[in-house]
Amino acid sequence: MSIAPSKILATLRVNGRDATLAFHPHATLLEVLREELRLTGTKHGCELGQCGACTVIVDGTPVLSCLTLAAEAIGRSVETVEGLAVDGTLHPVQRAFLELGAAQCGYCTPGFLNAAVHLLEKNLEPSEAEIRDALAGHLCRCTGYTKIVEAVALAGRRMRASIDG
Amino acid sequence: MLRLPAFEFQPARSVDEAVTLLGEHGDDALPVAGGTDLYANMKLGLFAPRVVVGLRSITALRSIRFDPQHGLRIGALCSLDAIVREPAVAEHYPALAQAAAMVGTPEIRNMGTIGGNLCLETRCNYFNQSAEWRKAMGYCLKRDGNLCRVALHSDTCKAINASDTAPVMHAYDARLSLVGPRGERTVNIREFYQNDGAHANVKRADEILTEIALPLPARGTRSSYRKLRLRKAFDFPLLGVAVAVATDAGGSCTQARIVLNAVGSAPLEVEAAGAILLGTHLGEEIAADAAEEVFKAGKPLENANASLLYRKRMLRVIAQRTLEDVIAPLR
Ligand SMILES: Cc1cc2nc3c(=O)[nH]c(=O)nc-3n(C[C@H](O)[C@H](O)[C@H](O)COP(=O)(O)OP(=O)(O)OC[C@H]3O[C@@H](n4cnc5c(N)ncnc54)[C@H](O)[C@@H]3O)c2cc1C
Ligand code: FES
Ligand code: FES
Repeated sequence: MSIAPSKILATLRVNGRDATLAFHPHATLLEVLREELRLTGTKHGCELGQCGACTVIVDGTPVLSCLTLAAEAIGRSVETVEGLAVDGTLHPVQRAFLELGAAQCGYCTPGFLNAAVHLLEKNLEPSEAEIRDALAGHLCRCTGYTKIVEAVALAGRRMRASIDG
Repeated sequence: MLRLPAFEFQPARSVDEAVTLLGEHGDDALPVAGGTDLYANMKLGLFAPRVVVGLRSITALRSIRFDPQHGLRIGALCSLDAIVREPAVAEHYPALAQAAAMVGTPEIRNMGTIGGNLCLETRCNYFNQSAEWRKAMGYCLKRDGNLCRVALHSDTCKAINASDTAPVMHAYDARLSLVGPRGERTVNIREFYQNDGAHANVKRADEILTEIALPLPARGTRSSYRKLRLRKAFDFPLLGVAVAVATDAGGSCTQARIVLNAVGSAPLEVEAAGAILLGTHLGEEIAADAAEEVFKAGKPLENANASLLYRKRMLRVIAQRTLEDVIAPLR
């Protein structure tokens, strides 16, 4: 019988706020976000890297929280879907998803939003092919992707207009 | 939730520290880089190390250096995405950029490292399954059983090498640096892999892969990689073909390497196909002859997510297309 190693007490920086908590060394970032920090916006789908539902941003890069140890997020900055809206105002990508019906059951949406925001941070004028490539690691069982791709393009246009204007 | 089995996590800050930790814990420890292969396998109950040694913080192994005299040196901890974005790779080793860009998904390439890709666990329809599934099947030679379910009379495991970058690294004649408690050794990639799915490489349990060195390709080298897969993202290769050819000033082929993956437990160089190209002015007909040799040499088994016959027939097609990638710029 193996005995679970004792928990680590550590500080995680999530959506710009520090949280000090205890978790097992083998706990995934997904588990700690959902079960300890109660940030249930990050979804669990396959839990094997095969769907993208659990995608969060660590140090500016989209990663799969189901295959990342929480212990490896110590000292790095973690951003989840909960951090996208500011003071109740949706991020332009969230607003476009809402308006175009790019979410149905919504299960895949947090992952798509994180990947889309990451893309638009580098490129506000992505082609359809660039959008599809950036979102290639995300499965949606409901929408058929067209509206998702359109929503990302729309958000990019609006973000560009707000910079130009 | 599909959870990881309990383990102690020991992040290493240097190669020495990693090797010491692995040496201390022996068979109870495994190294992890991006975790995209190891943690998925651990969640399925395929591995249960007591200690996991994290390599991610060894920043010294994250550089890519190109020098026009000696070629390319890639630290094992470089992410696949960093390799795709590296201009020297795109310019001098384009097939490596192609292969790295075809691994999994953008998130997998952000997390996954080149070292992890080269040390990727071999895969099989009877292995990459849940604990319940494997128990119901009665296990297999690669883990917990004594029968290969793909080749019942085989005394070796037939799980396949599904690393996209391995055949390309072979085509570029890569040398791998392995560091263990007794120091460093360099192994040519041909000697690194073994055609046994349960013991697929010569790396010892207390060694880590630190660096991959690629010599400067001969002048006039062209290379390409293609893979067969059902979806353009997520999927491991059902088969892959890497080609590197060099021609002299007169357009005659002076060097040709054609290397397959996903048809055995190690990348397979089809020397007969390379021999056909040598000394010729590469053209479509000669490419078809070489593709025929690839078709004859590649022997897929019924152990990936497409039928054996389809994979066998597609060997010729993918080989022909990959060869055309390198001969088209000549015309
Ligand atoms: C959905 C999905 C799709 C995928 N698709 C593909 C694909 O199309 N093509 C493909 O090639 N791969 C694919 N992979 C597999 C994997 O993501 C990649 O091969 C990746 O590059 C592995 O790197 P890593 O750093 O995450 O490896 P890890 O999981 O960290 O390690 C893999 C293995 O190598 C060992 N290891 C890692 N680094 C070292 C080192 N420096 N020294 C010694 N041992 C080491 C580990 O102990 C482990 O056994 C996929 C994975 C998933 C989950
Ligand atoms: S839950 Fe992480 S990729 Fe599916
Ligand atoms: S909206 Fe239901 S899975 Fe995407």
